Amino acid sequence: MASRKEGTGSAAASSSSTTGPAGKGKSKGGSGDSAVKQVQIDGLVVLKIIKHYQEEGQGTEVVQGVLLGLVVEDRLEITNCFPFPQHTEDDADFDEVQYQMEMMRSLRHVNIDHLHVGWYQSTYYGSFVTRALLDSQFSYQHAIEESVVLIYDPIKTAQGSLSLKAYRLTPKLMEVCKEKDFSPEALKKGNITFEHMFEEVPIVIKNSHLINVLMWELEKKSAVADKHELLSLASSNHLGKNLQLLMDRVDEMSQDIVKYNTYMRNTSKQQQQKHQYQQRRQQENMQRQSRGEPPLPEEDLSKLFKPPQPPARMDSLLIAGQMLKICRDTLGSMK
Amino acid sequence: MATPAAPASASAATPAPAAAPAAASPSVPVPSPTPASAPAPSPAPAPVPAPTPAPASSSDAAAAAATTAAPGQTSASAPAPAQTPAQSLPGPALPGPFPGGRVVRLHPVILASIVDSYERRNEGAARVIGTLLGTVDKHSVEVTNCFSVPHNESEDEVAVDMEFAKNMYELHKKVSPNELILGWYATGHDITEHSVLIHEYYSREAPNPIHLTVDTSLQNGRMSIKAYVSTLMGVPGRTMGVMFTPLTVKYAYYDTERIGVDLIMKTCFSPNRVIGLSSDLQQVGGASARIQDALSTVLQYAEDVLSGKVSTGNTLNHFLMDHVGFPQEVKRRIHAEKIIKRIECLI
Repeated sequence: MASRKEGTGSAAASSSSTTGPAGKGKSKGGSGDSAVKQVQIDGLVVLKIIKHYQEEGQGTEVVQGVLLGLVVEDRLEITNCFPFPQHTEDDADFDEVQYQMEMMRSLRHVNIDHLHVGWYQSTYYGSFVTRALLDSQFSYQHAIEESVVLIYDPIKTAQGSLSLKAYRLTPKLMEVCKEKDFSPEALKKGNITFEHMFEEVPIVIKNSHLINVLMWELEKKSAVADKHELLSLASSNHLGKNLQLLMDRVDEMSQDIVKYNTYMRNTSKQQQQKHQYQQRRQQENMQRQSRGEPPLPEEDLSKLFKPPQPPARMDSLLIAGQMLKICRDTLGSMK
Repeated sequence: MATPAAPASASAATPAPAAAPAAASPSVPVPSPTPASAPAPSPAPAPVPAPTPAPASSSDAAAAAATTAAPGQTSASAPAPAQTPAQSLPGPALPGPFPGGRVVRLHPVILASIVDSYERRNEGAARVIGTLLGTVDKHSVEVTNCFSVPHNESEDEVAVDMEFAKNMYELHKKVSPNELILGWYATGHDITEHSVLIHEYYSREAPNPIHLTVDTSLQNGRMSIKAYVSTLMGVPGRTMGVMFTPLTVKYAYYDTERIGVDLIMKTCFSPNRVIGLSSDLQQVGGASARIQDALSTVLQYAEDVLSGKVSTGNTLNHFLMDHVGFPQEVKRRIHAEKIIKRIECLI
C-alpha cells in the first residue's frame, strides 16, 4: 500500500497557512487540546466513498482517497472527495503527486473546495492500525493541523448501518513521531500507552436543502430494502473473522516480546562483560604496578562493547492498539 | 480536440449519430445507409415532450419518432432559419438500435454530485453541465460517475471547455478504467437549442450520448429527473432536425449505497439538517422498531382478512405461511382441505 504523499507545493502550503492560524487560535483546553472537535460531512462525500469501495475494492484490498473541504472554527467540514488509484504494479511511472495536483486544479475550476483536509481509507474487519496508516496520518497532520483520516468499514455497513469513523493522532503521539525516536525510553517519557494513540472525532452529516429535496424524490421512486442483518443472532461468521485477526495480532505481539526480552538479556550480559573486563584491567594494572611497569591505558569501554540497539517500540504499540480495537469490536458485535 | 467555443449558428459538424427508438416504435424504421445531411444544429429542435405542460411536440416516445412530430418548436432567438421538420412521413433514417435498450440506471451519487455542482455554480450561470460516465451492457446503460465541466452560455453562444472534459476523463480513468463516457447532464427543466450543440460535442466523444436533465428549479414542486437520447427526424433526403426522445430512468443501488442513502435521508427531518451517526445500540433499536412496524402491518392485514374486510390473494397467504413458520402438518392439512373443496366443486 503506497504511503500517501500529500500534495507538496502550493496546495499544501496555502492550506496550511490559511487553516493553521485559525486552527491553533481556537484550540483550547481539553484532554489534548486538539484543533478539531467535530467533523461535518456532506452526504455527497458519504455516497462517493461508498461507491468507490464498491467498485474498486474487493476482498482485503484497501481503497484510499483524498478529502477536500475547509475548517470552520473547531469544526472540520468535508465537502468533497476524490479517489486515488490503487497502486498498480504495471504502472510504475504513475506519479501520485501529479495526479493529485491535477485533480485539485481541475476541481478548482468548477468551484469545488480544493483544500486538502484529510484522507479516507476502507478497512477489512477493522484492522487498520498499521504502520503505514500512522505514517500517512502523521505526515498529513504535520502539514495540516486539522486533518483526519476517515475509516469506512464496508462489511459492517453492509450489515445495516453506516460505519464511518474519523480519527486523528493524539498530540502526545505527534510529539513522539516528530522526534522519530521510538525507543522504550522515549516512549516512557512521552507517557504514551496504546490507548492514547488515536482519538476519535464525532461525525455529523449535513445536507443542503436541495439535496434534501433530491432525497425526497428518490425515496418516492425507489423500493425500500431494509437490511436487518444486524439483528441477526447468527453473527458467528464475523465473530470468527474477528477472532482470527486477534490471534494473528497476538502472534505478532509475542514475537515482539521475544525480541524485547532478547534485547534485555543482551544488555545485561553486556553489562556483566564490561564489569568483568574492568576488573581484569584493574588486576592487571595492579600487577604491573607491583612489577614497576607503566599501567595499560584505559580504553574506551564503549568502543569495545557496543550496546545493542533497543528495538523500536512503535510497532508493538500499534499491535496493542489494534488488539484493543478488535476486542472492543468483538464485544460490540456480541451485544 | 474540440474547440472550446463555437457560436451557435453554423458549424459544419459531422452528422450526429442518430438513435433509433426502434424497439418501441410501431412503424418500421427504414434502415437507410447514413443520415443524408448533417443536421444543422440551429434548426429548432423539438424540446422534449412528456409530462411537462410546456408546449412541445407529441408526448409519446414511440409515437414521436414514428409520427411526425408536430412542427417543432421554433425557439425565438435562433438566428438560423427555422426549419420545421417535415410533416406526415413516418420515422426517419435510423441506423441502428440504441445501445443497451431504453433503460438508464442511475446511481444516487450522480444526482447528489449534480446538485452539488449546481449549488457551486458561477455567478450568473443559469445552469451547469457535465459529463456522465458509466458502463453499457445488453439491457441497459448504467451511469456510475460524473463530473462537471465549466461552460459559458449566453443568448446566442455557448462555449464548453472540452479540454477540461478530456483531462478529467483521463484522470478518472486511472481510478476506474472501465468507465466510458456515456453522455452529459444539465440542470434546468428544459432543453434549449444550446443543448443540441452541446449534445453534438458529446457525440464526438461517445456513440449515441445520453442527455440527463435534473430540474433544480423545482418546477411543479418536484425535482424531475429525465433522460433523453437524440434522434433524427424529418424527411429523409432533406434537412434533418434533431429531437430528444425520453428514456426510462431507473435507480440502481448497491446494498451499501442503499444504507448510505437511508442514513443521509434522515437529515430531511432534522431542523438544522444535521444528524449524527448513531451508536451501535441505537442502530439495534432502530432496526427492531422497523421490524415491529412491519409485524404490526402484517397482523393488521391478517385481522382484516379474518374479519372479511379484505379479500385475500393466494400468493400472499402462501408467503405468510412460509415465513411465519407454520408446522408442517398444519400446512398439509390446509392444503388437503383446499384440494378436497376443489374436487367437490367439480363433482
